[in-house]
Amino acid sequence: MPVELRYEKCCLTALLSGEIDHHSAAFLRGEIDAALARLHPPLLCLDFDGVTFMDSSAVGLVMGRYKYLRGFDGALEVVNLSPAAYRMMRLSNLQSLAKLAQKQPEKREKVQP
Amino acid sequence: MSKTKHTLLNQMKLELDSHSVNESFARAAVAAFAAQLDPTVEELTEIKTAVSEAVTNCIVHGYPACCGKITIWAGIYHGGQFRVWVKDRGVGIADIAQARQPLFTTLSEERAGLGFAVMESFMDRIKVRSKPGGGTTVTLEKEIRGRAQ
Ligand SMILES: Nc1ncnc2c1ncn2[C@@H]1O[C@H](COP(=O)(O)OP(=O)(O)O)[C@@H](O)[C@H]1O
Ligand SMILES: [Mg+2]
Repeated sequence: MPVELRYEKCCLTALLSGEIDHHSAAFLRGEIDAALARLHPPLLCLDFDGVTFMDSSAVGLVMGRYKYLRGFDGALEVVNLSPAAYRMMRLSNLQSLAKLAQKQPEKREKVQP
Repeated sequence: MSKTKHTLLNQMKLELDSHSVNESFARAAVAAFAAQLDPTVEELTEIKTAVSEAVTNCIVHGYPACCGKITIWAGIYHGGQFRVWVKDRGVGIADIAQARQPLFTTLSEERAGLGFAVMESFMDRIKVRSKPGGGTTVTLEKEIRGRAQ
């Protein structure tokens, strides 16, 4: 499963994994939005820990969820971003709309060959 | 610059149908070809991401009504210079300068408008040739310093 959804303590967490591009983003959007529509969580946390690749389609996915959340005053957090992912998120100025957190360096080394 | 610096040492060419399922294949193929330069993990990620942006643009913008051919060429030059071009024969771009602006997009469906910005930030050079009705060719260049450095 490229996304696992958990809801606890008023926070919906989406554990994303694999490669996020224009092709795979449509499925992820559908899964996350179905949960958002059902729960209207005060906080959505998008966890990129398991993401092995992303392009700007993932930035579009994050921006889209931000706009959706704004409809019911939900907040957004994006965590465990790789250095490249963090650079791309910042190109869209997302850091002014949501909390962005990079992956811890020791965690990063594990996934690199 | 010396002449040997521009000597083409190796090249590959690929033709694909513009199906979105091919996005991952296209970037993986170019990355596998670039691997002979012994790039760092970071350099390889940058190439993969830039190629993914260019190929996705052919699929979503070049051939909005599906389907056409995408041609990808990659070359390795003396001195670790890596060049890729990605070409479609689709609708083309009327105003290239505007298209390259960060956050500019002509599609409403959750495009971030960052494709060109990412290609520019992850590669050393990018060139866009396009004409309305005449398709688009994006050329990307990067010097691979590699893991030996
Ligand atoms: N291959 C192409 N064919 C036609 N138009 C293109 C192509 N590539 C890019 N464009 C135009 O340039 C704009 C910006 O592209 P980009 O920066 O990748 O952002 P996005 O793909 O998110 O729209 C697109 O919205 C589109 O209008
Ligand atoms: Mg794009």
